[in-house]
Amino acid sequence: MTIEALPGELARASPAARRRGTLRALARNPSVVIGAVIVAFLALVGLLAPLLGTIDPSEINPAFRNKRPGAERTIRESDGKETAFVHRFGTDSLGRDVYSRVVYGARVSLLIGVTVAVLAVGIGLFIGLIAGYIRWADGVVMRTMDGLMAIPAILLAMGVVSLSRAGLVAVIIAIVVPDIPRVVRLVRATVLTIREEPYVEAAITVGTPTPTLLVRHVLPNTVAPLIVQGTFICASAILIEAILSFLGIGIPPETPTWGNIMAEGRPLFRVYPHNIFYPGVCLAMAVLAINMLGDGLRDTLDPRFAKRV
Amino acid sequence: MADTAAPVLAIEGLTVALPMGADRTNAVEAVSFSVGPGEIVCVVGESGSGKSVTAHSVMGLLPRELQATAGEVVLQGEDVLKATTARRRQLRGTRMAMIFQEPMTALNPVMTVGDQIAEVLEIHADLSQADRRQRVLEIMRAVQLPGPERLIGAYPHQISGGQRQRIMIAAALVLDPALLIADEPTTALDVTTQAQILKLIRELQGRRGTGVLFITHDFGVVAEIAHRVVVMQSGRVVEAGATADILRRPRSDYTRMLIASVPSLKPPPRAPKTGTVAVQTVGLSKTYRSGSFLFPGRVVRAARDVALEVRRGETVGIVGESGSGKSTVARCIARLVEPTSGAVRIGDIDVARLSERHLRAHRRHVQIVFQDPYRSLNPRRTVGASIVEGPMNFGLEAAEAKKRASRLMALVGLSPEVLDRYPHQFSGGQRQRIAIARALAMEPQLLIADEAVSALDVSVQAQVLKLLDDVRQRFDLALLFITHDLRVAAQICDRIAVMQQGLVVEQGPTAQVFAAPRHAYTRALFEAAPGRTVDFGAATTPA
Repeated sequence: MTIEALPGELARASPAARRRGTLRALARNPSVVIGAVIVAFLALVGLLAPLLGTIDPSEINPAFRNKRPGAERTIRESDGKETAFVHRFGTDSLGRDVYSRVVYGARVSLLIGVTVAVLAVGIGLFIGLIAGYIRWADGVVMRTMDGLMAIPAILLAMGVVSLSRAGLVAVIIAIVVPDIPRVVRLVRATVLTIREEPYVEAAITVGTPTPTLLVRHVLPNTVAPLIVQGTFICASAILIEAILSFLGIGIPPETPTWGNIMAEGRPLFRVYPHNIFYPGVCLAMAVLAINMLGDGLRDTLDPRFAKRV
Repeated sequence: MADTAAPVLAIEGLTVALPMGADRTNAVEAVSFSVGPGEIVCVVGESGSGKSVTAHSVMGLLPRELQATAGEVVLQGEDVLKATTARRRQLRGTRMAMIFQEPMTALNPVMTVGDQIAEVLEIHADLSQADRRQRVLEIMRAVQLPGPERLIGAYPHQISGGQRQRIMIAAALVLDPALLIADEPTTALDVTTQAQILKLIRELQGRRGTGVLFITHDFGVVAEIAHRVVVMQSGRVVEAGATADILRRPRSDYTRMLIASVPSLKPPPRAPKTGTVAVQTVGLSKTYRSGSFLFPGRVVRAARDVALEVRRGETVGIVGESGSGKSTVARCIARLVEPTSGAVRIGDIDVARLSERHLRAHRRHVQIVFQDPYRSLNPRRTVGASIVEGPMNFGLEAAEAKKRASRLMALVGLSPEVLDRYPHQFSGGQRQRIAIARALAMEPQLLIADEAVSALDVSVQAQVLKLLDDVRQRFDLALLFITHDLRVAAQICDRIAVMQQGLVVEQGPTAQVFAAPRHAYTRALFEAAPGRTVDFGAATTPA
């Protein structure tokens, strides 16, 4: 029996090489690079907050309220030593240092963004796989998801927060719940197309048990769209947290988050705009960068958006 | 034919370069041939032969990465390669027109078919709306569409595939172009529809004196329609000449091999097989319902009362056109879908009613090889992992399974060393061999080949058919062979069942059905088979 000649592409090869190719393609995409650099910068700022010339972000100083950026103050420490401290971003209506609050605020904001993205994607993936693959579960699950989607995300989040004491966990849950249906729909749609693929049917005919089938043959197809969706969820979670804090139903006001700082500055916004300006710029930068990262990832990972060579 | 008249189209030394990093430098290289007025020239070749690139460079529809680097394409004395974009746009529709393989995607789904024909007139002719409508109706009558007044306002999804292709032809011919380019126009159609469309093209171009450049991979179609044939391989013309000469006295080895690979419509004599019955269906039916319990929608009876049996060592073919229910029967037997009623007996167990849990143990007995070799292997897993998956599901040790996979790779004609490669590294024919190896790894009693060779080039198809026949003999397999291709069925099947609209209309030994078809539909199928008059494939008979 003769064998047809191996095609030319045979030279190209292993999955490791293909992965390297994807990485190289990502590194060549300007929006991925710019987005990643900004996100990494903000994350670093949050992580290294104590080392960046900050003071205790919740320290109140009634004598030094509403100072403009650049105001100087002498801090007397417990051992009597005096040091000069510059309020780079000014102080708020309780005399707290806005610079320190913005820097520490990066921690909470980014933490919420990432946690929400991971949770929403994880839970949504699980539910979506089940809805997409198990026929009888589909109707029930998807109608529940439709119901969830019918309620505006902010309203739903307000409802969830009001059920318990406001705090980090409550806020995260409040933001995750309305995001789950988006992930479920995405995963289900992918599963519905993949389950018709002959290779999935072939796996059924060789007796592969359903959980293995889902993990081995269906799941990998959902990874690329989920990474992309995850970044968008991350960006919107940061925004929603800010909105909730701004409305005064999010994280308790003594913990600095970008939303909290802005909420604090709102009453005197016209006189002391710096209270809203600095956290606002950080928020905008973070959301923009994460969205750019997501767009770039989609362009490289999703072949439907790939530019033609 | 009209050899003395000036050709409508003359291609001279056409070379189209491929982008860097492709597997060859030129998509087509120094291609020369001509099409005279009123002449049908078939360009025939396997995938990758450059036949479509040639047609697209005439139309100026090449993708941006491909550039004609040498030669000329002269349409009625004008080199279209040198023409400006505006001029080329003018030529398209008025002097040359093209019809495509897939009429559903070539038509705009949100425009009525009448408007789509009228669009051509709108762009290229200055006519009043009433005159336009008149011309559209005229051309719709010319392509023999029933009730043009009614169809003119229909949307593409409301009409059949054959009617869609007629609309495409109408839109292409409405301005009476001198050259019609047809790129595999009947490949996506059923054989009876194909016969009608081929007849229509021949009639229309004969009456109007249109030159036709007809791209195809099917030698049956060539025999049916071509005046002259151009055979292409890897971007070069290997042979050109009158149809009768090429088909009967091919000069090049490649053409000879291609023609020999086309299966003959004459079934070879076969002794009846007497092995034990591997699978038997009794009154097998599958009904699809749309809508809900309270608001019943459409009911499609995909399979009705199908009674088949396949013995060990026997090949039974199910032939029929699309929608005949042949794949539904296969999928019911493999229990990829649950039959609505009836029994599927494998050994002494009826698998039709088994629950998913009990079914798993019986899955190994029935294996399927699917049509599309590019989608039947998980692109993310090595072919070795795909092959050992089944046996390991049934508790075979990894090392043992690997050994079995290596043995099977050798059996299907591939090196065991390629087990850790990925599907994209193999050609279509090789992937189909791997799919066969995966099926055999389960040591099944019944192997279902669902259009398993339909997506393959004819030379590769012959090899895979031979492999299927070899493994059937070697393992005493029952082989259920689903196909729309009568030629393939004639060569490989001991018995065939002809299906139409979910019913088996005729069943019997292949030689008998081919020699004396009893049912009117079977006769219609045979009459529609292209190239019946030419005796192909003396060399292929796998028997």
